[in-house]
Amino acid sequence: MADANSKHVDAHGHPTGWRRYVYSTNHKDIGTMYLFFAIFAGVIGGVLSGFMRWELAEPGIQIFKGLAAMVYGLEGDAALDGGKQMFNVFTTAHGLIMVFFMVMPALIGGFGNWFVPIMIGAPDMAFPRMNNISFWLLPAAFTLLLMSLFFEGPPGLYGAGVGWTVYAPLSTTANPGPAVDFAILSLHLAGASSILGAINFITTIFNMRAPGMTMHKLPLFVWSILVTVFLLLLSLPVLAGAITMLLTDRNFGTTFFSPEGGGDPVLYQHLFWFFGHPEVYVLILPAFGIVSHIVSTFSKKPIFGYLGMVYAMVAIGFVGFIVWAHHMYTTGLSLNVQRYFVAATMVIAVPTGVKIFSWLATMWGGSITFRAPMMWALGFIFLFTIGGVTGVVLANAGADRVLHDTYYVVAHFHYTMSMGATFGVFAGWYYWYPKIFGIMYNEALAKLHFWTMFIGANVIFFPQHFLGLAGMPRRYVDYPDAYALWNMVSSVGYLITLLSMFIFLWCVIEAFMKKRVAGDNPWGEGATTLEWTLSSPPPFHQFETLPRIK
Amino acid sequence: MQTISTRIKRHGGKFSQLLAGVLAFVAIILPRAVSAQAQQDPLGYAVPGQMGLMGSVTTIMDSIRVFHDGLLMPIITGIVIFVTVILAFILIRFNARANPVPSKTTHNVPLEVVWTVVPIIILVVIAVPSFGVLADQQTIPDGERKYLGANIFSMGDVEVPAPELTVKVTGIQWAWQYDYVDYEGADYTSYMLNEADRAELKPNEPRLLATDYDLVIPVDTTVRVQVTSAVVIHAFTVPSFGIKIDAVPGRLNETWFNARKTGMYYGQCSELCGRGHAYMPISVRVVSKEEFARWIAAVEADGVESAASVLTPIT
Repeated sequence: MADANSKHVDAHGHPTGWRRYVYSTNHKDIGTMYLFFAIFAGVIGGVLSGFMRWELAEPGIQIFKGLAAMVYGLEGDAALDGGKQMFNVFTTAHGLIMVFFMVMPALIGGFGNWFVPIMIGAPDMAFPRMNNISFWLLPAAFTLLLMSLFFEGPPGLYGAGVGWTVYAPLSTTANPGPAVDFAILSLHLAGASSILGAINFITTIFNMRAPGMTMHKLPLFVWSILVTVFLLLLSLPVLAGAITMLLTDRNFGTTFFSPEGGGDPVLYQHLFWFFGHPEVYVLILPAFGIVSHIVSTFSKKPIFGYLGMVYAMVAIGFVGFIVWAHHMYTTGLSLNVQRYFVAATMVIAVPTGVKIFSWLATMWGGSITFRAPMMWALGFIFLFTIGGVTGVVLANAGADRVLHDTYYVVAHFHYTMSMGATFGVFAGWYYWYPKIFGIMYNEALAKLHFWTMFIGANVIFFPQHFLGLAGMPRRYVDYPDAYALWNMVSSVGYLITLLSMFIFLWCVIEAFMKKRVAGDNPWGEGATTLEWTLSSPPPFHQFETLPRIK
Repeated sequence: MQTISTRIKRHGGKFSQLLAGVLAFVAIILPRAVSAQAQQDPLGYAVPGQMGLMGSVTTIMDSIRVFHDGLLMPIITGIVIFVTVILAFILIRFNARANPVPSKTTHNVPLEVVWTVVPIIILVVIAVPSFGVLADQQTIPDGERKYLGANIFSMGDVEVPAPELTVKVTGIQWAWQYDYVDYEGADYTSYMLNEADRAELKPNEPRLLATDYDLVIPVDTTVRVQVTSAVVIHAFTVPSFGIKIDAVPGRLNETWFNARKTGMYYGQCSELCGRGHAYMPISVRVVSKEEFARWIAAVEADGVESAASVLTPIT
C-alpha cells in the first residue's frame, strides 16, 4: 500500500504548502477545508444570533440603535431606524449563513467529501477539479453575503433585511439599494457550488463503487448523501430561476412578482419553497446517515431494518418535493389546496417515525458504550423527536393559523436544525475526528461540550414554544412586555450555548496541542465501514487496489 | 366453538364499551374541559409568562383551541414520553455493563409493520378534525352552514349568521388602513402610538399594541374581512379570533370572524415587512351593537377623530 502510494504521488506530483489546499483536487483535503470553513462561518452566524438574543433579552431597543450608530455612522432617529433595519439584516444573515455556509458545508462538503469515496471503496471523487471549484465558490459567496451587510438596502439604511426567504416585493421595490443584489448573487454562487457538488456525488456514487458494493450494501451515510444531492440537484435550479427573476425585477424592469405589471408576489413564494422545503431535508438527511452509523457502532450491532432506513430516506426525499406550500397556509391558498398540503405534509411523519424507531431498535439488545459521538447521537434522537412532533402540529393548516410566523415555528425549526442538523454535525465531528486528524480529542471536554450545548440549546428554544403559542410573531426587534419572561430565559440559554462553543473550540485546540495518536479504529468491533480499515489519517490516496466487498 | 364465539362476544362487548368511553371522552368531556380552560385564558393580549394559546371569543378559535390543546398536545406529548421512556430503558438495560454481548438482530417484519401502521392511524385521527377545523376557517358563513366550535369531532352544530359588515384592510409600511365599505367616508389609518403618546392618550393599553384609532366592530356580528396591501406583504392577525391572513399586493384575501364578547383584542403584523415590522399592531375594539351604530354614524358625519368621543373609554 505505502509503495503504491509513493509511486502514485511521484507520478502526479504532490503539492505542498498553500498549493496543496488552494489547488487541491484531493477529496480529503477539500473535505477538511469545508469543515474549517463551516466552523468559521458558524462562529460568525452564532455571533449574529448572539446580538439578536442580547437585544431580545428585554423589551425595548437595547443595543441595535448603538450598533447601527457604531457600524453605519447613523445618528439620532436615523440610528433607531437603522437599528431596527439592522436587526432584520442580522436575522437574514444568521439564517443564510447557518443554512448555506455552516450546516451544508459541514455535512455535505465536509463529511460527504471525506467519507463518501472512502465508504464506497473509491480513491477519490469522480471530478476532482470540479470538487475544487465547488469549495472555492463558497468563500466567494460568503464574502458577497458579508459585503451585503454594508451596502444600502432600503433608502438611507443598510443591509438586506428581507429574511432568508427573500420574499418579493420586500426584496424588490422596498429595498432598491444594492445590498439585496449582493445577497442574491451570494445565493447564486452558493447554489452553483452545491449543484456542482451534487453532480460530483451522484457520479461518484453511481460509478465508482468498489467491486461488490451494490446499492443495497451502501452504508447509510452514503445513501443519505445520495438522496440529499438529488434534492439539491432538482431544487436549486428552481431557486436560481426565482432569484434571477428577482434580479431582473429589481434591475431590468421586469414584473414577474409585481402585480402592477401583471406579476404575483405569491408566485415567488411557490418557487422559493419548492426549493426551500427540500432544502430543509438537505440539512437533516446527512445527519440521519451519520446518526445511523454512530448508533450502530456504539451499540456493537448492525443497523436494524437497513432497507427500511434506506427507503424511508428516499421517501422523505420524494415527499419533500410535494409539500412546499405548507409554508404558505396564510397566503390565501384555497381550501382544497390547503387540504392537499395538510395531508401530504403529515405523510412525512411516517418515514421519519420509521427512522426514529429503527434507531431505537438498533440500540435494543446492543452493548452500548457512551462515548462522545454516541452522546451527540442520542441527543439528536431525543431532540429531533421533539422537533418532529411540533412539525406534525404545524402541518395542520387549521392549527397553523395561530402559529404561523410566530416563535412556535422558530422553536420547531431550531429543534430540527439547531439541535437536529447541528447535533448531527457534532456527532460526525467527534465520530470521525480521530480518522480525519489521526489524533484523539479529549473525551471529558467533548462530553462537557455536549452537556453544555444540550442544556443551552434547550433553554434557548423550549421557551420559544410558549412565546409562539402566546402569539409572539417572529422577526421582531421589540415585543410587548408580556413576552419578557420567556425571552429572558431564552437569552440566558444563549449564554450557556456560547460557553459550550468556547469549550468546543478549546477541545479542538487541546487535541492539536496534545497530539494523542488515535489508531486506525478507536471504536472497536462496532465500526464496520471501510474508513476504519484505513490508517488514521488515511493515506493521501486510498484504495490503489480496490477493496472487494463480500 | 361456542366458547370461542362467546369469548369474542364478551371481549367485543368490553372493547365496544371501551371505545364508547374513549369516544365520549373525546367528544364530550374533552371539549368541555378545554373550553372551561379557555374561559380562564387571557383574552385580547398575552399575560406575562403565558405558556399556552390565547383565550377564545370566536367559534373558529374555539375549534383551534380544542384541536390543539385537546388533541394535538396530548398526542405529541404522549409520543415524546413514549420515545423517552424507551430510550431511557434502552440506555439502562442495554449499556455495555448490563449487556456485554450484543444481539445480532437486524430485522423484525411484524414490528416494522406496526411502527409504520400505528403512526398512520394516529395521523388519520388527527386529520379528520383537522380538515373540519380548516374548512370552517376557510368558509365564509352563509347563515345555513353549521360550524364545529368546541366539538371538533361533530358534524358541526354551531350556527353562525351570514356577514353583516365588511371591512377592507390594507397594510401599508407601517400601519393598517381600515375601510368600512358599507358606509360612506368611513375609512382611516391606524398607527401604533409611540410611548409618549400612549402614556398620554391611552395609558391603560399595552405598549406596542395601542393604536391611535382602533378597528371598531359590533359584538355578535359576522364580519367579512378583505385584506390587501399597498407595497410589501404584511399579515393581518388577531389571535383571540383565530384569524391570520396575508396582505398581499395585487390580491384581495378574505377571512371572517364573529366575536361574542366586547373588549379590546390585539394582534401584530405577522409577515416580515421591513424595519417597522414590529410596530404595526392590529387593535380591534369589540363594542355593543348600539355603541357601534352610534360610532359609525359619527364617523360618517364628522370623521374618525371626533367619533372617538362616542366610545366608552378603556379602563
